[in-house]
Amino acid sequence: MPVTKKKTAAKKSNTIKLKFDTSWSYDPAPESKSAATIKPRYDLFINGEWQKPAGNKYFATINPANEEKLSEVAEANTADVDKAVRAARNAYEKYWKKMPAKERAKYVFRIARMVQEKARELAIIETLDGGKPIRESRDFDVPTAANHFFYYAGWADKLEYAFPNRRTEPLGVAGQIIPWNFPLLMAAWKIAPAISTGNTVVLKTAETTPLTALKLAEIIEEADLPPGVVNIITGAGETGAAIVNHPDVNKIAFTGSTDVGKIIQRAVAGTDKKVTLELGGKAANIIFEDAPIDQAVEGVINGIYFNQGHVCCAGSRLYVQESVAKQVIRKLKDRMESLIVGDPLDKNTDIGAINSRSQLETIQKYVKIGKQEGAEMYESSCSLPRKGFWCRPTLFTNVAQSNRIAQEEIFGPVLSILTFRTDDEVIEKANNSPYGLSAGVWTDKGSKIFNMTKRMRAGVIWANTFNKFDPSSPFGGYKESGFGREGGLHGLSAYVSLKV
Amino acid sequence: MAAGSLTMLPDFSLSPRIDQVGVEERASCFTKRSIKKESKMNGLLLVLNMIDLTTLEGKDTDGKVKQLCYKAMHPHDAIPGLPSVAAICVYPSMVKVAKKALGDSGIKVASVATAFPSGQAPRDVKIRDTKYAVNEGADEIDMVISRGKFHAGEYNFVFDEIAAIKEACGDARLKVILETGELGTFDKVRRASDIAMHAGADFIKTSTGKIQPAATMPVTLVMLEAIRDFYYKTGKMIGMKPAGGISKSKLALHYLVMVKEVLGEDWLNNEWFRFGASSLANDVLMQIVKEKTGVYQAANYFSVD
Repeated sequence: MPVTKKKTAAKKSNTIKLKFDTSWSYDPAPESKSAATIKPRYDLFINGEWQKPAGNKYFATINPANEEKLSEVAEANTADVDKAVRAARNAYEKYWKKMPAKERAKYVFRIARMVQEKARELAIIETLDGGKPIRESRDFDVPTAANHFFYYAGWADKLEYAFPNRRTEPLGVAGQIIPWNFPLLMAAWKIAPAISTGNTVVLKTAETTPLTALKLAEIIEEADLPPGVVNIITGAGETGAAIVNHPDVNKIAFTGSTDVGKIIQRAVAGTDKKVTLELGGKAANIIFEDAPIDQAVEGVINGIYFNQGHVCCAGSRLYVQESVAKQVIRKLKDRMESLIVGDPLDKNTDIGAINSRSQLETIQKYVKIGKQEGAEMYESSCSLPRKGFWCRPTLFTNVAQSNRIAQEEIFGPVLSILTFRTDDEVIEKANNSPYGLSAGVWTDKGSKIFNMTKRMRAGVIWANTFNKFDPSSPFGGYKESGFGREGGLHGLSAYVSLKV
Repeated sequence: MAAGSLTMLPDFSLSPRIDQVGVEERASCFTKRSIKKESKMNGLLLVLNMIDLTTLEGKDTDGKVKQLCYKAMHPHDAIPGLPSVAAICVYPSMVKVAKKALGDSGIKVASVATAFPSGQAPRDVKIRDTKYAVNEGADEIDMVISRGKFHAGEYNFVFDEIAAIKEACGDARLKVILETGELGTFDKVRRASDIAMHAGADFIKTSTGKIQPAATMPVTLVMLEAIRDFYYKTGKMIGMKPAGGISKSKLALHYLVMVKEVLGEDWLNNEWFRFGASSLANDVLMQIVKEKTGVYQAANYFSVD
């Protein structure tokens, strides 16, 4: 076959369009479901046993990619929560508080290793239950969860180095409530530091994504932890409220929406419960004209479309310097065309299913608001599966600071693009938000990075990268994004009281 | 520089900056695409058809080149219907032999020129070298840039030299070898790419194959993005040729993924994308036979030339 001769004449630049729908395409490469075992029904994991819920009620958990039922899980009521808290209290007094720290560490290391051993199964279940692409659950969620257990297991018998010249004591029973966007990883973030420092735990999963935490309960059972050290229960908002209001809980750790965070804050007022809240965000991702543009574009794509945008630290407000705005928007649109949306179990999928019908409705509501506000919407041209909950990667240009799509958290694959002229202007605009969880800065100039990061009010600021997580680095917010830090040394202090 | 103007040249010292960590991370994403079944077979055939089968040795002879030309036309006759490679790449002294051996097969003859591989010769020598290869019948010229002058910041010198060689090429297509392994940073790779494209390159090419590292995925990504930006700016398509170090099919498929996702359909053919390689062809053939028969054959079943 000779070299094919094609038209080589230069085209007018305003008609130029790259064609990403190529004749050479990828065949489906689905991960096998058979490598994962999901039971038809799960009870509550209390006191080291699987116990039926007192109300004998169960609810279904579905695969958001096809709306098929995966399993049903127990709905814990106040009596179940009380049982779980009593089990945790008993385990705390009887075993866990007294156990030498290096013995406790062995259990946590064991959990970490078992998470690694069962990585493939956990990744498949995470993808089935939550809709996220298998590539992300395999390469991010599960390994990072294992790393958190390893990291905090290492600290268990070294707390005197974490807090020099102070004696540490565990707090007691920790009530923990986790969200649906990173179910296993959030369980690891909560459980690992709590039990490593000598606390016992009652953890409630999110309503739509209970399965990997229940799988983790099976791992904890197999790891032979003393009964009651970790209790994992399922249920909706009322179950969470029962944990928060239980008088024998010493610490509440919550990750979720700002609205619920405020309710929790009110509920614990006047008690001596310690609280950490990790809530919503509307991160500013800022591109200066001297930035490495192609890498910045990649960072913006990762920042907003990672996990379908169901990320509290998602870079959902893009501020781009006006001199490069046109170029950046063009590059973003091109890049969106090469994102593969579809079957989350396919190894080539970049963007999976929206987690639930109600979240899809929220996203659609904001897209409508954006259009009404006069912003220009652009979405990728990909086709969507007929069943399940789906949303094309979307961006809005011509967004104003006063638009609701620039102020409120959408928690979906929707990016709002605003422009700016000067450093001072963008700092003011970036800080002009009730949230302050994360931010990103893209520039080739080191001094500008330090100037920006010093003046921006956000818990995590990434420079020339985005969405990087490590167990050793603290994570948490300013303002309505919550308080307290998880991860790193800071994450330890949320679970100990310091004595002289 | 006035936006959109074709007559004015950009200030090459202001070429876009490249973040090394970001480029490497992005390049590794392409290796995570799972290429199976039909898409694997089609990809392998495409790779075979994009190869510039190369011999660039001091000990090259007419006999060696003739054998290589036969291989180019008949990669593996045990499997009927396979595409040929895109071109044969040789030294100027071997162009005539290759041209004759390839006859009217449609396979191009590419010749390195301009005091390949170092490029350390005066401009008139380089022009003569180029004209000689063209007169002998070369369809394509693979030139090297003056890396020394580039490092010394003499971008105008590098630019003018490329433009002069382009003129000497006549109808032959010009591939400009940046020798990225000698440039040191991605910033400089991007700058050299911009210079070459503005000076008249039809293709930009990573390496001579004589210096390590040769082609890598990150460096190729930087060049593909330069090609994309140039295309948007001028409407002119530029080809890409990674060369050296790509000897396995799997890696070549990763490169195809990268071309598909950065530049798309128009570049997925041998008019606009080439692999400069010598041992890649046989690995691709081995994989094609594996796909067709279900078993791997030993290397001895595939001719070396």
